Amino acid sequence: MKLSQEQVQHIADLARLALSDEEKALYQEQLSAILEYFERLQELDTAAIPPTATVLPLRNVMRADEPRPPFSRDDILANAPAAEDGCFKVPAVL
Amino acid sequence: MKLYQLTIHEARARLVAGEISAVELTEAVQARIMAVDNDVKAYLTLTPEEALAQARVADERRATGEDTPLLGIPLAIKDLLCTAGVPTTCGSRILENFSPPYDATVIARLKAAGAVLLGKTNMDEFAMGSSTENSAFFTTRNPWDLDRVPGGSSGGSAAAVAADECVGALGTDTGGSVRQPASLCGVVGLKPTYGRVSRYGLVAFASSLDQVGVLAKDVADAAILLQVIAGHDAHDSTSLDVPVPEYSAALSGDVQGVRVGVPREYFIEGMQPEVEAAVRAAVDRLADLGAQVMEVGLPHTEYAVPVYYLIAPAEASANLARYDGVRYALRVDDGGLGAMYKVTRGQGFGPEVKRRIMLGTYALSAGYYDAYYLKAQKVRTLVRADFDAAFEQVDVIVAPTCPTTAFRIGEKTDDPLQMYLSDVFTLSMNLAGICGLSLPCGFDTGNLPIGLQVMGPALGEQQVLRVAHAYEQATDWHTRRPPL
Repeated sequence: MKLSQEQVQHIADLARLALSDEEKALYQEQLSAILEYFERLQELDTAAIPPTATVLPLRNVMRADEPRPPFSRDDILANAPAAEDGCFKVPAVL
Repeated sequence: MKLYQLTIHEARARLVAGEISAVELTEAVQARIMAVDNDVKAYLTLTPEEALAQARVADERRATGEDTPLLGIPLAIKDLLCTAGVPTTCGSRILENFSPPYDATVIARLKAAGAVLLGKTNMDEFAMGSSTENSAFFTTRNPWDLDRVPGGSSGGSAAAVAADECVGALGTDTGGSVRQPASLCGVVGLKPTYGRVSRYGLVAFASSLDQVGVLAKDVADAAILLQVIAGHDAHDSTSLDVPVPEYSAALSGDVQGVRVGVPREYFIEGMQPEVEAAVRAAVDRLADLGAQVMEVGLPHTEYAVPVYYLIAPAEASANLARYDGVRYALRVDDGGLGAMYKVTRGQGFGPEVKRRIMLGTYALSAGYYDAYYLKAQKVRTLVRADFDAAFEQVDVIVAPTCPTTAFRIGEKTDDPLQMYLSDVFTLSMNLAGICGLSLPCGFDTGNLPIGLQVMGPALGEQQVLRVAHAYEQATDWHTRRPPL
């Protein structure tokens, strides 16, 4: 399974990662080698096997819908790169 | 014996008897850190004043007759676990300036039990790695040979325990990140059953696999630490609401009649002959002690590497989407919002994290989901079924933790697939959600520790601890210390 340059760029765009040309070339080679090794999974017939998303017997854990003290807004915003008027501040969207 | 060399249970006995104070113990361990951490580089952050303040409080509490399981015991914490007001970097530039507003549940439990927290330990970035070489800050060194890796991703915690730079430590284990560094550093590393310990405040890597674990100087200490951190937590909907047994009660020293399985698939071509010999000798030792040893099959073991390295990166690609330059730490501005996301993430994440985000994004992307991600989830079912069948015949499974002893720094950094393949013996346990530990079972000719892995079924921590403890008591590997 050889990934093309276009595929590597497409994946990087989906993942919101700006990559240098060197990184793209390196990942193209390394991910291709890794995916080629992973082809061995296709040896197994899994048509009748259900997938495992979690090992737990738990489903839809509920709790009482009661108000609890929240984190303070200042504490949360303290880690933000930019904040203004009690909100996260981001660069212009448009 | 020096104070900093004490185990938790030894230190506890002296504290209870009033022979030492928590402040004396903490100062002794801090002096040890000052003496050796320039070489070992286990810690990312030290909190000396806070630790001494906690030790003074512990002494005051003890003076009033209080006694909690970890009262005055100095511990180290992997930097993937949130500590209120103390930097939690996850070994990443992107979180270099992040200081959480809350404690992880396990940290709150350690504090409630009276522990003294020395600082935060180094790790592979976001727990992705097997050597700490993926830390954005520096590589931790193996205390047994400073030119070698301590293993990873909890390499800082394992090295700190091995070098007596703490009395015990917490790590996390998504694919072996507690057991593998324990093996390479010659300490005990326990990964509890998925759901046994709360993940609240454990910075997420792969949510269906992550679990908090402990690193300790012996099996009794691992049982003490597990006792404190185990249990249901309403903050984590994946934590199991089942009673926590008295783990120390399992340390009977008796394995008479215990059924021990040895999986034929864990003795493979290319493994270090000394590792195989040490593990085979340990199995013989267990048989001498009265265990009933038999061969078992885990036929899908060879598929664990591709299954894990599709599922874990897929989950990581979703979990790490939150680092977007908006809510935490690093932002690199470059024009508009869309460009800011990409440039922040491109510069904030290191090479291995980006590699795994790419791999996971690809496995989840349109047209490839069925062939990779869904296929891996189906084979995960087969890996689990192997263990279910094996645990119908045996109480525990014993095997090597790693195919080799500690490798040299830089030896595998150019070939990510070779690095992934070194996790071949630890990944399956996370895929199946079961429990197990690594403990020392010998040394190679280079005086590097060899690890024995003891695996149990879901919530089988007691039988794992029982077998590991009995083996440990019959040997003296755990008493050896690195030449530092």
